Amino acid sequence: MAFLSLIAAMSGSASMLHLRPVDLLIIIIYFIFVLAIGFYLKKFASTGDDFFMAGRKMTAWIAGLSFISANLSSLETMGWSAMAYQYGMLGAHGYLIGAIPAILFLAIVMMPFYYISRTHSVPGYLQLRYGEGARSVAGISFSFMTVAVSGASMFAMAKILNLLLGWDMNISIWVASLTVAVYVTLGGLLSAVFNEVLQFFLIWLGSLLIPILGIIHAGGWGKMMAAVQRNVAVIHPAVQNADFTSLWQNLGSFASNPMGIDWFGMLFGQGIAVAFGYWCTDFLQVQRVIVAKDLRSAQNGTIIGAALKMMVPLIVTIPGLLGLAVLMNSDGSPMVLVPESDPRAGITHNTFNDVLPLLMGKYLGPGLLGLGVTAMIAGFMSGMAGNVSAFATVWTHDVYKPLINRKGSDRHYLNMGRWSSVVGVLLSIATAYTLFFFSNILEYLQVLVFFFIVPLFGTVILGMLWKRATPAGGFWGFLVAILFSVSMWAYVHTFPHGYQPQPKVTLSHGAEVLLTRANAAKPGAISYISIESGALDLVNVPLFGHEEGGEFTVQDQPLYMREVAPLRKTAAPIQILAPEVVIADTREQQKFGLSAVPARISPGVKVRSTFISRRFDPAAFNPDHVKVIARSDKAKPMAVNMYSAWWSLVVCLLVTIVVSLFTRPKPEAELKNLVMGLTPLPKEEAAPWHRKPLFWAVVVMAVFIVINIIFW
Amino acid sequence: MEEREKQIPIWFFIGAIVLIYGVLITATGFLGWVSPPPAGTRVALWELHADLWWGLLLLAIGLFYSLKYRPRRKHRSA
Repeated sequence: MAFLSLIAAMSGSASMLHLRPVDLLIIIIYFIFVLAIGFYLKKFASTGDDFFMAGRKMTAWIAGLSFISANLSSLETMGWSAMAYQYGMLGAHGYLIGAIPAILFLAIVMMPFYYISRTHSVPGYLQLRYGEGARSVAGISFSFMTVAVSGASMFAMAKILNLLLGWDMNISIWVASLTVAVYVTLGGLLSAVFNEVLQFFLIWLGSLLIPILGIIHAGGWGKMMAAVQRNVAVIHPAVQNADFTSLWQNLGSFASNPMGIDWFGMLFGQGIAVAFGYWCTDFLQVQRVIVAKDLRSAQNGTIIGAALKMMVPLIVTIPGLLGLAVLMNSDGSPMVLVPESDPRAGITHNTFNDVLPLLMGKYLGPGLLGLGVTAMIAGFMSGMAGNVSAFATVWTHDVYKPLINRKGSDRHYLNMGRWSSVVGVLLSIATAYTLFFFSNILEYLQVLVFFFIVPLFGTVILGMLWKRATPAGGFWGFLVAILFSVSMWAYVHTFPHGYQPQPKVTLSHGAEVLLTRANAAKPGAISYISIESGALDLVNVPLFGHEEGGEFTVQDQPLYMREVAPLRKTAAPIQILAPEVVIADTREQQKFGLSAVPARISPGVKVRSTFISRRFDPAAFNPDHVKVIARSDKAKPMAVNMYSAWWSLVVCLLVTIVVSLFTRPKPEAELKNLVMGLTPLPKEEAAPWHRKPLFWAVVVMAVFIVINIIFW
Repeated sequence: MEEREKQIPIWFFIGAIVLIYGVLITATGFLGWVSPPPAGTRVALWELHADLWWGLLLLAIGLFYSLKYRPRRKHRSA
């Protein structure tokens, strides 16, 4: 225990949460367990089918738990909690309209085709249906996407460990990655599935206490929702009149909800394009259930996944709402969290993604905190493992085997799977750092979804339902839709007249300041700041006599800075960030962030002033272009992604249909077992009604409708 | 998920780790109950002793799974 005490002490007083030795013991036990499972399962992954398909022997329950766990990574718990903090109850749509109809469609309509064709992967289905061209595009784009999403998992985990324990992000990335590399390389999909099911239990047992205690603390559901609506006036002033507490009744106009979306975008963008793309053709998901021991297990496993999915808002949406209701500053005012892209993020303010860790610190004591942190780490690692094992399968079967080496032995492809797992981990590490461009972890995922998955769904579903769809139609529809998606993304981030970031002043560490607190509207608030010594970094802030920027030292006379600075179209308030300054008269150290407060810059202060104007900025949205894609300049990034997904699906379907009408279809004999009408479904064995997939699909759909009505 | 002759069911691994966590958290909760931490270091709603009863819940779940799915000579499927 002395060793653990030492590590606990090294966690650092500056970190958000203080772990005790028992918490660290719980985390270490988890790492020992997953590594032991990986070593144990190595002997059961001795053939290609074992490694890539877990031997095709899973029961419905394991397939269902794995199916939903692959999606319940900590990207989900942190990201969707952040979504609920940002968008209120609309954040729950990801688990309702954005999931349930699509999962049930996968179970009842699409699963027979995947299962009967005995494909290794979704790109594998494309090869059977359309030929090598479509498979290569899908295989390569999917390989890229899995490592990118895996990179997102790593980034998220490194960030949370940095936040909780004060550990260096680079070390966290490497420690977690090596652990994942070891157990996936040893046990393949079997190892990934074992850890996913284990993680499912840990994540529920480690997270469920937060909403229970939070709702008790808020005084019940009604009082929590009232506090949410009251506090958003302070937390989200730009959308303070929006309704944060409804699922549908606030979607009548773009202005009445915090996402800037309407019912059409939610229903067709989230409910059709994103949801069906993600759940029906994301191979990471589909792989979990096509390896079940028989078709009925695959279908029932998928439906079990849908039922479990509807419960997840308990541990993600409610914490996000609790963040709005119960997280308070020491003076009793609501705590304001900001997006990752906000200049104050990590300096004076926590971010949206921190809402769950902040609640953990608030409610979970020693032991429980360790379990909560372990649940998050487990989620991150199983998210990584799922992506890496899917990458290994698609790379080996859909890129390496058809394009590089067709004649290898089973042992050769098994080794290739193992090595590509390691390469997948290394590529993921390389992509982890790109996340800083996006305001929210989940938006990063959303961007990738509509780049690749949505066009893939369009291509697959036409292939399954329309025998006239031709190989050329499938290839061009898929490719053009991917390019169209990327173009839409570039378009909303393009600024023909230049994008000027918000005016900002950052004070150097140790700079000395004097503060005046004389604000009639908010007694005690800082109303004036005098910078006495140190250095300043100015962005887009003109100072009298230095309008062109550059580096200089203030000479005999002080300079004065106004509250706002002119930009090209308008004037914007100047943000002043002081990560670590000294109050000149009391010698007290402080950090703070201010907006629209005038300042005086004393002689002797060093200034570096730059003026930035960019034509392209992946972290900023051009409202004029957003209006073209998402039908409103009020649309937030999530709304833009949903509409982009919808247009991407429309383009994919149109191009595939038009090209197919002018090209030669495959003979019907070659489409057997691949297309509806040409696929004799196997006769179902006699089974009681309570084991039939259709019965349970109807039950889940009915519950889904009731939930939507209750929270309308 | 049975595999060839002797694969230990996944439910056993789950039971084992939840059981260990249940023991640790129950013990921590009990210690906190008999020897309360200083008022300034307590989490919100500390007085509900959530760690004690949550630890007991883990203990019960862990015991159930690790006993029901413990490895036996004649292997049962997952």
